[in-house]
Amino acid sequence: MTRSLLALAPIVAPALALLAAPAAAEPVKVGMITTLSGPGAGLGIDIRDGFALALEHLGGKLGGQETTVVEADDQQKPDVAVGLANRMVERDRVNVVTGVVWSNLALAMMPTLAGGQTVFVSPNAGPSQLAGSQCNPWFFNVAYQNDTIHEAMGKHVQDAGFKKVYLLAPNYPAGKDSLAGFKRFYKGDVAGEVYTQVGQLDYAAELAQLKAAAPDAVFAFYPGGMGINFIKQYEQAGLKGSVPLFGPGFSFDQDILAAVGDAALGAKNSAQWSPDLDNAPNKRFVADFKAKFNRLPSMYAAQGYDAALLIDAAVKATGGAVKDKEKLRAAFKTARFDGLRGAPVRFNTNNFPIQTIYLREVVKGPDGAVTNRLAGTVFTDHADAYAKDCGLK
Amino acid sequence: MDTLLLVEQGLNGLQLGVMLFLMAAGLTLVFGIMDLINLAHGSFYMVGAYLTAALVPVLGGFLPALAAAVLLTALLGLVVEAVALRTLYRRDHLDQVLATFGLILFFNELVKILFGPVPIFLNPPAALAGTVDLWGLKYPAFRLAILGVGIAVAAFLWLLITRTRVGMLIRAGATNREMVMALGVDVRLLFGLVFALGCGLAGLAGAMAGPVLAVQVGMGEQVLILTFVVIVIGGIGSIRGALAGALLVGIVDTVGRALLPAGFRLVLDAASANAAGAAAASMAIYVLMALVLAVRPRGLFPAG
Repeated sequence: MTRSLLALAPIVAPALALLAAPAAAEPVKVGMITTLSGPGAGLGIDIRDGFALALEHLGGKLGGQETTVVEADDQQKPDVAVGLANRMVERDRVNVVTGVVWSNLALAMMPTLAGGQTVFVSPNAGPSQLAGSQCNPWFFNVAYQNDTIHEAMGKHVQDAGFKKVYLLAPNYPAGKDSLAGFKRFYKGDVAGEVYTQVGQLDYAAELAQLKAAAPDAVFAFYPGGMGINFIKQYEQAGLKGSVPLFGPGFSFDQDILAAVGDAALGAKNSAQWSPDLDNAPNKRFVADFKAKFNRLPSMYAAQGYDAALLIDAAVKATGGAVKDKEKLRAAFKTARFDGLRGAPVRFNTNNFPIQTIYLREVVKGPDGAVTNRLAGTVFTDHADAYAKDCGLK
Repeated sequence: MDTLLLVEQGLNGLQLGVMLFLMAAGLTLVFGIMDLINLAHGSFYMVGAYLTAALVPVLGGFLPALAAAVLLTALLGLVVEAVALRTLYRRDHLDQVLATFGLILFFNELVKILFGPVPIFLNPPAALAGTVDLWGLKYPAFRLAILGVGIAVAAFLWLLITRTRVGMLIRAGATNREMVMALGVDVRLLFGLVFALGCGLAGLAGAMAGPVLAVQVGMGEQVLILTFVVIVIGGIGSIRGALAGALLVGIVDTVGRALLPAGFRLVLDAASANAAGAAAASMAIYVLMALVLAVRPRGLFPAG
């Protein structure tokens, strides 16, 4: 029986494929797995809202095709995220999964998504594993490799002449990538290197140790609520005026600035995007986001927007055949689109972008809101350090 | 490590401890007297922080905003007790856990609808924004204020429980609920007041934490676990236990974070020591809890 069926396979399979091929273009189904509850929710909500705004700008269609978005809350928990990835592949049969904020969640979900031949467009998480030896043909990162933003800060702090820098990051994959990235370009002394608990609330113990070490600058990677806690407490400990604080864009992004106010003023940080980047799509994005959601957009919102643009470009390139998984994947590989960054986004061999990283400064905007302003360019055409370990072409 | 740093870390530990005490006191009172497991205790903490942040611009100062927020949170507690919890006293603990978990989801969504999904702004009052010079040690003024408030609340609760008639009923209720009912005390009123007091304390904790921490949806759950650790260590239902447990957890956590990485650096290379130290520090309080429970299974000062 099995044998005869196998013999029939070459005939049956194309016939079935013909049956499945629709006359018109198929609808696109996107799985939006992101953090919508708990302490990390601000980031996930920004990604979701940025994505939704892009979809609205594209007339509700990706690649000109009807689009449905299946939304799910990963609660910032790897086990929940894997369950959702499974559900998206098996039950909802989405073409693309996006939305994931956290690197540990992305790593946990990757085997399920790759196993289901579902394209995974990361709008944020870019762990070194997925950029290097464990790179995956089904994974595309529209934002950055985690280290890149931190590398830019390492270069800036080095160039600015600081000799003794104190480093802090949360104890998880992206935190370790962060400090590794910083040290790749910063060659001076490290006065202390501290990993704190993920989601830690109180930094008094770490700040006391920091003060005792008397560094001439501090580099801290704290996204979301952790960043708010840290920056508030840094100022209250009287350190803001005496030791300059640097960080990646994540530590001084809009979601944090609104909650800390003046405590962050003057801090320099790095990012691939800034609200004042001077190009037409970005101006439209910032203005419309503010009008629609009544708050300034963050990097995460911009990345959610770019994720939608990438999917749009890829779907267009397939000519509508989104059910052909291999064809869709190949279309992502060669997709070209102008992101909010004002230049075509170009992928490296490992499916991570090669791009410009800017220096930003926290300032008070004309309307009194605390925000970021471009303060220079740190890298142009910068590729991540792991691409050489990736076997993809 | 020099003395000044040691003193500073000691103060940090005490301050974290009294912060946890503000939370744990209310939770343990409600559990001890009403036999109600209230997972939504953290929601009142969140409400306290949000109300303070919202009221500062309206009332024009931190102190009036804090007072109003604490009162409003206590009032909200009264309402929630009457509407949602009164029917749960005779049910078993699992039903209470489910129902109060539902309250967490309710309050999180409510706050998200009213204040938006992103964290909101709350700073310490200008007078307490800087640092205070304590014999050469520059310590954040607002953290000293937290320490002061925590000590004042501990003293207030001690007076209330050992020196007043309400306190006597509370103590009696914690030990033998049926007997108190049999004596003709209006238990419904007593429970309502105790619950409101617990909520007010949680609101106070939230109001005092707001200027130091992120005021965001879900902030209550982050401290709730720590609070449960505190009351389990201290002995469920006991205020004295809550104080002892909170101070112990605060100090062990702070000292662990300050010393463990340095300790590991003596025996390991820097990279592994940093990672191992961070991991060990995050386990410290749970190890403490395990040790305490191994020696005293009902906690340090069990009630009744």
